[in-house]
Amino acid sequence: MTTKSVLKIDDVAIRFAGDSGDGMQLTGTKFTDETALAGNDLSTYPDFPAEIRAPAGTMAGVSGYQIHFSSKDIHTPADKVDLLVAFNPAALRANVEDVRSQGMVIINGEAFTKKALVRAGYSEDPLPDLTTRFNLVEIPLTSLNREALQGLALSQREVDRCKNFFALGLLCWLYQRPMEATERWLKGKFKDDVLEGNLRTLRAGHAFGETTELFPTHYTIPSAKIEAGTYRNITGNTALAWGIVAAGEQMNNPVFLGAYPITPASEVLHEVARHRNFGVKTFQAEDEIAAASATIGAAFAGQLAVTISSGPGFILKQEAIGLAVMVELPLVAINVQRAGPATGSPTKTEQGDLLAAIFGRHSQSPVPVLAPASPGDCFHTILEAFKLAVDFMTPVVVLSDGYLANSAEPWQIPDIDSLPRKPVSFAKAEDAENFQPYSRNSETLARPWAIPGTPGLEHRIGGLTKEDISGNIVYGPENHQHMVDLRAEKIARIANAIPPAEVEGPHSGELLVIGWGGTRGAITAAIEEARENGQEVSQVHLRHLNPFPSNLGEVLNRFDNILCPELNEGQLSMLLRSRYLVDVQPFSKIAGQPFKVSEIFERIDAILNQKD
Amino acid sequence: MAAEAAPKLNRKDFVADQDVRWCPGCGDYSILANVQRVMPELGVPRENIVFISGIGCSSRFPYYMNTYGFHTIHGRAPAFATGAKAANPDLSVWVVTGDGDGLSIGGNHLLHTIRRNLDIQILLFNNRVYGLTKGQYSPTSELGMRTKSSPHGSIDHPIDPISFALGCGATFVARTIDVDAPHLQQVLRRAHQHKGTSFVEILQNCPVFNDGVFSEVEDRKTRSESALVLEQGKPLTFGSAGRLKGIVMQNGLPQIIELADDDDPVERGVVVHDERQEMRSYASALATLKRPDFPVPVGVIREVEKPCYEEMLVGQVNAATEQNGRGDLKDLLNSGDTWEVS
Repeated sequence: MTTKSVLKIDDVAIRFAGDSGDGMQLTGTKFTDETALAGNDLSTYPDFPAEIRAPAGTMAGVSGYQIHFSSKDIHTPADKVDLLVAFNPAALRANVEDVRSQGMVIINGEAFTKKALVRAGYSEDPLPDLTTRFNLVEIPLTSLNREALQGLALSQREVDRCKNFFALGLLCWLYQRPMEATERWLKGKFKDDVLEGNLRTLRAGHAFGETTELFPTHYTIPSAKIEAGTYRNITGNTALAWGIVAAGEQMNNPVFLGAYPITPASEVLHEVARHRNFGVKTFQAEDEIAAASATIGAAFAGQLAVTISSGPGFILKQEAIGLAVMVELPLVAINVQRAGPATGSPTKTEQGDLLAAIFGRHSQSPVPVLAPASPGDCFHTILEAFKLAVDFMTPVVVLSDGYLANSAEPWQIPDIDSLPRKPVSFAKAEDAENFQPYSRNSETLARPWAIPGTPGLEHRIGGLTKEDISGNIVYGPENHQHMVDLRAEKIARIANAIPPAEVEGPHSGELLVIGWGGTRGAITAAIEEARENGQEVSQVHLRHLNPFPSNLGEVLNRFDNILCPELNEGQLSMLLRSRYLVDVQPFSKIAGQPFKVSEIFERIDAILNQKD
Repeated sequence: MAAEAAPKLNRKDFVADQDVRWCPGCGDYSILANVQRVMPELGVPRENIVFISGIGCSSRFPYYMNTYGFHTIHGRAPAFATGAKAANPDLSVWVVTGDGDGLSIGGNHLLHTIRRNLDIQILLFNNRVYGLTKGQYSPTSELGMRTKSSPHGSIDHPIDPISFALGCGATFVARTIDVDAPHLQQVLRRAHQHKGTSFVEILQNCPVFNDGVFSEVEDRKTRSESALVLEQGKPLTFGSAGRLKGIVMQNGLPQIIELADDDDPVERGVVVHDERQEMRSYASALATLKRPDFPVPVGVIREVEKPCYEEMLVGQVNAATEQNGRGDLKDLLNSGDTWEVS
């Protein structure tokens, strides 16, 4: 056995791609876990089809998982990958153009039959051409895996299903990742020959890397310099779910979650449902409308309440959210945005629902809108959303997106004591004598949360126009104007309860890039690239979309140019332009994919050069 | 319990200070008065009573009850009630809906709420017409009914609320009449006593858009002929002395037979009412009895037992807590693979 050379590198991006039944998402997550344990900064991007099992071997069924890891601080899953593992011709065809020039492409040579090539849509063998552009490595993955599993009481099909772990073992060798966490996971998940099979092929993949002549070199990526603390990997959806559980703990009132299954939000329902021992109640409703309605019913009865959906489902909830605006009950409504309109591309990301969240109900129906900027930030955003909902007695919309939902990043586990803690308080029976259901807190304009079961506070709420203070139904014109103004003023006052917009970089200058939600990583990476290029660029990334931070107009006025990249046709740009009369330059992309760093960088570069 | 110590309440304690705004002669007035009369008898502290409604004439109901109340959005009251009851199972939750609200726009929620069997009461006021939108045909309107939106007659086949509820697996199904105070009150008491979703269809007159639609059963003079009053363990007989009739089953189908005053109906084969019959086919057969061929059954059609949603939900929370211990946020955030950076 020859000793292999070890090359130290700082930054790698790889992608696993195969049929949606090949276990690519699992392989990717396990590699991610090992990479996190190796101490690298990382960012992942799973990309899978909407179909559960599209016909095997076709482009429609290709599932991919990309992971970018580094010894440095990184913000995105990377525009191009250094290595692609393609389990079949369709996976190759769908992904190979995302590999950098002369990057490595590992294929399962045995899957490249004439028939499979045709299924993937190749009219001729692509390998000769690819060999000139990439470092193509063909391995007999199917037979290597079968060999490793000989003698086990598994069907051929079961044996073949293990081959993704052969590839995982090989890549763990290639990038010097540990495998303990994966082995531990396997032992917890499987037993007997299935466990033995997966363990054997994982180790065989590792050993294959060590012995084969195909890989003369393997790589080491030093740990990243990260702030001290305890870390874990987290996806946006898990962070939303844990934020929901945490809100119940921190506010001393277990949460009620009403939801209807929808991609890509369902996982949040699944995850919260696992944690009944926190007192949380989950309700899988008959439809989106019932999910929102039951949630508001729970809020009326005194429970912290949250409903979650994605675009089409969120729109169905809008009438109920409008009622919550009218009756002034606390509610958190989460929209994990996806590409639309209509069914659109359920597994693809977009930021298309900002205006719908702010304006999408009939009449004047103001709600606060928040958006998390990274997977881990989903946790903290949910906590803030619940706090605002209760403090101001209002529904609050949270806009996550498909990219945040499924992407993972290392997350510094917060110290519980550092999290905001404020038990909810209800109107009390002692206050019955002077009780008015729409009396107002002078600072926040919130009405009291008076819940059934409290003697003496019996009252009626509803969607009809009502009189302030008493809540009695009144249709008069002056009262109507007053109530519309009052609800608007209440939401506007939230600007006093949120932090000012923070400028990252120079506080004034030639260019400010402003964004919101899940695009922060790509924008930050592009700005860093520009700075390395000697360019001066500042950044504001908004969590609060309604109301805006109180200093935002003043911040915008300090810059000559304002660039606003969004995964929509310029919705935030429109809001900023109309609100502050500033010449915001929209940069739109609606391809179902997140921004590439290079796309934003080029735009920054173009603006700065055009000025010269 | 606080209920025992609380001062005894009467009807007036349940009358809200708002002016009632239904049309003169509306059947809803009678229903409201009878509900207010029954409430003090239930032994439920007033603060634990919640009325939840959708949209429509009947859905103004909560504003007139001095309890907790929530007038929500069209058709969705059962979903709001589900959330409220699941959040606090101690509440006595009453849904008030109509034929349009409950069976048209809200049909889906009615179906699933009944199926889940939360321990709530659903009162469906059926006047077979849309009142608040000024007189269009509703899902319970008869074929051919001429309204503003069906000038040539309705071409929608009507749905029968009782059959619908039975089809949803309702554990308590009853029908009563707006103006028959003793019967209405009795049914309300039974609905409250039942553990599970109690579905009550209340035949209700709309004097403006569908006047007299149930006059045969509302009018005391014709009621004995046109209504079949159900009582547990009693034979299905109707009519007055000298003109007694009974319902028998022949080849699985209900038939009417004439009875002499001194006949023993049971001996003559008249069906004995069994609301606790687990097989739904009996109640379903009752639900098919319609005017003019048959009398309209009123009373409790079916009452069976099934576990309640909110109890099972709380049961799962308790079981999970017992099994895994009360959740600890720190443990949750640190679960799975973590690593230290120093």
